[in-house]
Amino acid sequence: MPSLVNETSNVKSFTTRKRKTLFSQIFKSRTGVLGLFILTLVVLIALLAPFISPHDPAKVDITATLLPPSWVEGGSAEHLLGTDNMGRDLLSRIIYGSQISLLVGISSVVVAGLIGVLIGLVSGYYGGWIDNVLMRIVDAFLSIPNILFTLVILGIFGPSLITLILVIGATNWVNYARIVRSEVLSLKEREFVKAAKTMGVRDFFILFRHLLPNVVSSLSVVSTLSVATTIILEASLSFLGLGIKPPDVSWGGILSDGRDYLATHWWVATFPGLAITITVLGIILVGDWLRDIFDPRSNIQNDI
Amino acid sequence: MKYFIKRLIQAVPVLFIISFIIFSLVYMAGDPVLLMLPEDAPQEDKQALREALNLDEPFHVQYMTFVGNLMQGQFGKSFTYGQEALPIVLERLPATIELAFAAIFVATIISIPFGIWSATKKDSLGDVFISGGAVLGKAMPNFWLGIMLILLFSVYLGALPVSGRGTIFHLILPAITLGTGIAAQITRLIRSNMLDILHQEYIRTARSKGLKEFLVIYKHALRNSLIPVVTIMALQTSSLIGGAIITETVFSWPGLGQLLIQAINTRDMAIVQASVFVVALLVIMMNLLADVMYRFLDPRINLK
Repeated sequence: MPSLVNETSNVKSFTTRKRKTLFSQIFKSRTGVLGLFILTLVVLIALLAPFISPHDPAKVDITATLLPPSWVEGGSAEHLLGTDNMGRDLLSRIIYGSQISLLVGISSVVVAGLIGVLIGLVSGYYGGWIDNVLMRIVDAFLSIPNILFTLVILGIFGPSLITLILVIGATNWVNYARIVRSEVLSLKEREFVKAAKTMGVRDFFILFRHLLPNVVSSLSVVSTLSVATTIILEASLSFLGLGIKPPDVSWGGILSDGRDYLATHWWVATFPGLAITITVLGIILVGDWLRDIFDPRSNIQNDI
Repeated sequence: MKYFIKRLIQAVPVLFIISFIIFSLVYMAGDPVLLMLPEDAPQEDKQALREALNLDEPFHVQYMTFVGNLMQGQFGKSFTYGQEALPIVLERLPATIELAFAAIFVATIISIPFGIWSATKKDSLGDVFISGGAVLGKAMPNFWLGIMLILLFSVYLGALPVSGRGTIFHLILPAITLGTGIAAQITRLIRSNMLDILHQEYIRTARSKGLKEFLVIYKHALRNSLIPVVTIMALQTSSLIGGAIITETVFSWPGLGQLLIQAINTRDMAIVQASVFVVALLVIMMNLLADVMYRFLDPRINLK
């Protein structure tokens, strides 16, 4: 039901909620700065993982299993956040886990974006039966929960990094298609598009040179927020055992290992979850910030 | 009414597309006979079973048979349970619906007071905390939240059961786990809707009439801010069920999600197909309901 969200924002647009006080503006940008700071930190950690990680994340040490974090009794400075059931250093695993999270998050958003933008452009610009068919496909995809869809496909084809990225991309394009379509619907009534059409510019150029650049700002907001959703999705799938497989390290996977030792060794399940929360928080803050900058009126919700 | 019928008719092709997606996925999954019979079964037996299951027919013939059976509610026999898949799936549905309603209940009692508070006391310390908490609630993966709740309430306090279904106490932790994300989203929504409405003419009129602030907020502002909330909640059915799948796994809640994960792991495709279809049907029905409710509750929306 794509129409509904638009109508909500239409009802909104004629009201005067834009009168924000100075304090809230500062608060808003402060959160944006915080988000940017968190995100930069996570990206740096992922890029510099081999240099900053204190241990090999896959190195098993049966003499040091389930060691508590260093500040807890029995912990050592050698393993700052403790070790897991196989004696692997938790901090190193979490540092390496950031690589998978960002890699899957960003690449599957790129895949989803490519599919969604193309379908949205075509659907909105051509309209008619093409639009009708494509929108029914969108409705079909919308009615199957993302996690369910990806679980089933991964269950059938077997999990691997590439499959995971492609599957998440192939099931998450719907949001882009809807947003691009609704923007194209209003853009194509504008003078510059009509002029280009009368001058005989080919459809291909209208789509990619005139329409696409005009949807980039809303795309950047949606993509940012989608990276957050995707990171949680990947963690959930890995948690359920259908995402990233060892030796690759995923935060969801570490969490799943830690769950079995929860009653006696709380740290294994706690820290990877904190890492996910902080990363996703940073991305959401940046996304909200971008939305306020590009289009304060828009009401794009990110659905988690 | 005319609108409703139009939407109902639109749902038919969507269901066909879904049936096509479900069928193709399982078709690509490969030969189920190898899973159903022991490895050393004679070749003739395998061939006989293939013929009995129509597996030697071409794709489109198999698909037509699939749709025909689907219309009679038959998804084939589950080989783990040895009976028709649909009744098994429907038997698990009440547990999932119970969990979903409990989560919505939790979300409602958290988000309405918080939403009102942060809108009426905008930019106060309370608002900053509530808005911040809402972003945090969205950033937390719900399976991690569930594990942390188990750690706190079951492991350390020993107050609530870790898993299973039965008493109201079993329901508390899963409901909070699933409800927090929704609460975060609705709090944000109520806040922004209330902020819009508090600037409207009729609120000013109500105030200038000398109406008590309490009545202005509850009778005029809150009621109108809840209209989009109700419909957006119904539109969130898809992500609610998605969240329930993971929550059920964390708490061993005997619902649809748990059944589905088991079915994916054992490659019991009849159950997988039936669950995906039932969920999709549920989502489509809720979306239709949302659409109708939206138009019914808000007379400003034109019924065309």
